[in-house]
Amino acid sequence: MNLHEFQAKELFREYGLPVSKGVVATTVEEAVDAAEQLGGNRWACKVQVHAGGRGKAGGVKLVEGPDGLQEFASSWLGQRLVTHQTDQLGQPINHIYIEELADIDREFYLGLVIDRSSRRVVVMASTEGGVEIEKVAEENPERILKAEIDPFVGAQPYQGRELAFGLGLRDGQVRQFTEVFLGLCRLFHELDCSLVEVNPLVVTSDGSVHCLDAKINIDGNALFRQSRLADLRDPKQEDEREAQASEFGLSYVALDGNIGCMVNGAGLAMGTMDLVKYYGGNPANFLDVGGAVNKQSVAEAFKIILDDSDVKAVLINIFGGIVSCVVIAEGIVEAYKEVGVSVPVVVRFDGNSAAEGRAFLESSGLDIIASTTLQDATQKAVDAAGSVS
Amino acid sequence: MSILVDQNTRVICQGITGSQGTMHSRQALEYGTQLVGGVTPGKGGTTHLGVPVFDTVREAVASTSATISVIYVPARFCLDSILEACEAGIELIVCITEGVPTLDMLKAKAIVDNAGSRLIGPNCPGVITPGQCKIGIMPGDIHEPGRIGIVSRSGTLTYEAVKQVTDKGLGQSTCVGIGGDPIPGTNFIDVIRLFEEDEETDAIVMVGEIGGTAEEETAEYIRGSVAKPIVAYVAGATAPKGKRMGHAGAIIAGGKGTAAEKYEALDRAGAATVRNLAGIGDAITECLS
Repeated sequence: MNLHEFQAKELFREYGLPVSKGVVATTVEEAVDAAEQLGGNRWACKVQVHAGGRGKAGGVKLVEGPDGLQEFASSWLGQRLVTHQTDQLGQPINHIYIEELADIDREFYLGLVIDRSSRRVVVMASTEGGVEIEKVAEENPERILKAEIDPFVGAQPYQGRELAFGLGLRDGQVRQFTEVFLGLCRLFHELDCSLVEVNPLVVTSDGSVHCLDAKINIDGNALFRQSRLADLRDPKQEDEREAQASEFGLSYVALDGNIGCMVNGAGLAMGTMDLVKYYGGNPANFLDVGGAVNKQSVAEAFKIILDDSDVKAVLINIFGGIVSCVVIAEGIVEAYKEVGVSVPVVVRFDGNSAAEGRAFLESSGLDIIASTTLQDATQKAVDAAGSVS
Repeated sequence: MSILVDQNTRVICQGITGSQGTMHSRQALEYGTQLVGGVTPGKGGTTHLGVPVFDTVREAVASTSATISVIYVPARFCLDSILEACEAGIELIVCITEGVPTLDMLKAKAIVDNAGSRLIGPNCPGVITPGQCKIGIMPGDIHEPGRIGIVSRSGTLTYEAVKQVTDKGLGQSTCVGIGGDPIPGTNFIDVIRLFEEDEETDAIVMVGEIGGTAEEETAEYIRGSVAKPIVAYVAGATAPKGKRMGHAGAIIAGGKGTAAEKYEALDRAGAATVRNLAGIGDAITECLS
């Protein structure tokens, strides 16, 4: 689960991390009022969306005076921001964050991730701050310094010092950096993060270490013990259909093809998409119905797939393990009744109650193309989509 | 011989009285697995599905001599259950539950490794040696005893691979689902090493997916240390960047972990790579001819 910058900075403050004073605004009036709350006459304005690349897309700007605030807020609030990390529709802008300015002397990158290979939380620091760190990692990996955090002892001051000296920091900055390092590690572990990024971390012209940006992703599996953070979820930043799907235990991702896919299991769902492509078709979506599927959620999955007007055929591929094919069959029949299905539907059942599931579909009298093998089903779906378009 | 489990393996189930634990323990017993007991705190001294229930893993081990435990408890209790099994001397812990927090897994993995025990999962279908021992949620009837070892990051995709191998008239020595989480207790290399050493495994099917670099690391290992033929399939060639495809681990982040990179590494390592999901059975037949 992603947090907004203003939410992340509030959490940073709780952990004693140095962030600028800021105000979040959801209306133009609130934005103008920020001038008084913050004082001064120049501020940094940043749109709040769940995507990186805001600066390049024009969503971050230095403004002057209440007029500047008004202009920024009225031009962005209610609009959408398209960055290299979003789709072409972009992310909706419902909040902007207005901050005191910091005088930047030097910029760094600081990030915490869970490294799968070392099976540790790894802190990465680089002098190449403020830019796309992925590029640095690819082109100049030696410019990224790393510290691995022991899951039981936690981060140690010497690790922070090593990074600080490695970044070329001196004197008081080393102590300050180490404090930031330790605070971020504590935050990461206590809040069940999957990613924390400060890009850039800066040294200001008066020599202090300061977190200019803040990004936090929370491990969705840990929300049961982070109920306060669960409340920070902003569903407006999520794809509407994906969010709707997740309410029914379905995992859905929209793609740009014309063959709707309904599959049980994430791996098989990806494999089915790949196979559609392999046979010359184009998958319209990823959809995993999950292991706790029932008649209703299958019907819902059908609605979500058919909601995409590009879909010219539907391929249902179920390998029943814990999922019974009969349950899927019942859901399919239910969906036909509820929403009406006007495109060809190809069904392949295997595993748990496959024969019973096929028999149920047949007895329903619905016009469904049944198939027993994956290859045959996929080819039929690709053919069906091709003949309709 | 098979790997990890056989007809003599004595298994207990943590969470045996819960709905998942009950359903899959019943199936395991029907399959012939030597499920010799279960653990549910507070229900010690009772009997469930005809096997004794204990309050603690330690008691269960003392009383049944089990060496393997399968875990079906809810995700929030998995770390606790894994550590309890480890402390009680369980040699192989199979955690089926999905949704375990990643930071819990960092701790579990470190402790299990340090104790010299082995963890499979979480978020996995389990382990089966056909005709001998089924531990997990896979449908038993698609498997046949045989000489192909199967290891996979995904559940239903494993079944697909198993079915294709069975349909070719071949069977499986052992099938291991290592799970789709970012921090699995056991990885491809661990399992492939066991298959390579196993006299009853002739060839290996490896089913990977996008995300992370496990397949690339495995390719390195295969190149240097594996003589048996390996058929490799990787799911997610059509998956877009930055979108999590269901599994917590299945995401192409920062342009890394694509199917193309994984296939390239596996090709270089000499694995027989399969782009057509429906072609796993054909590929393994070809390997053996």
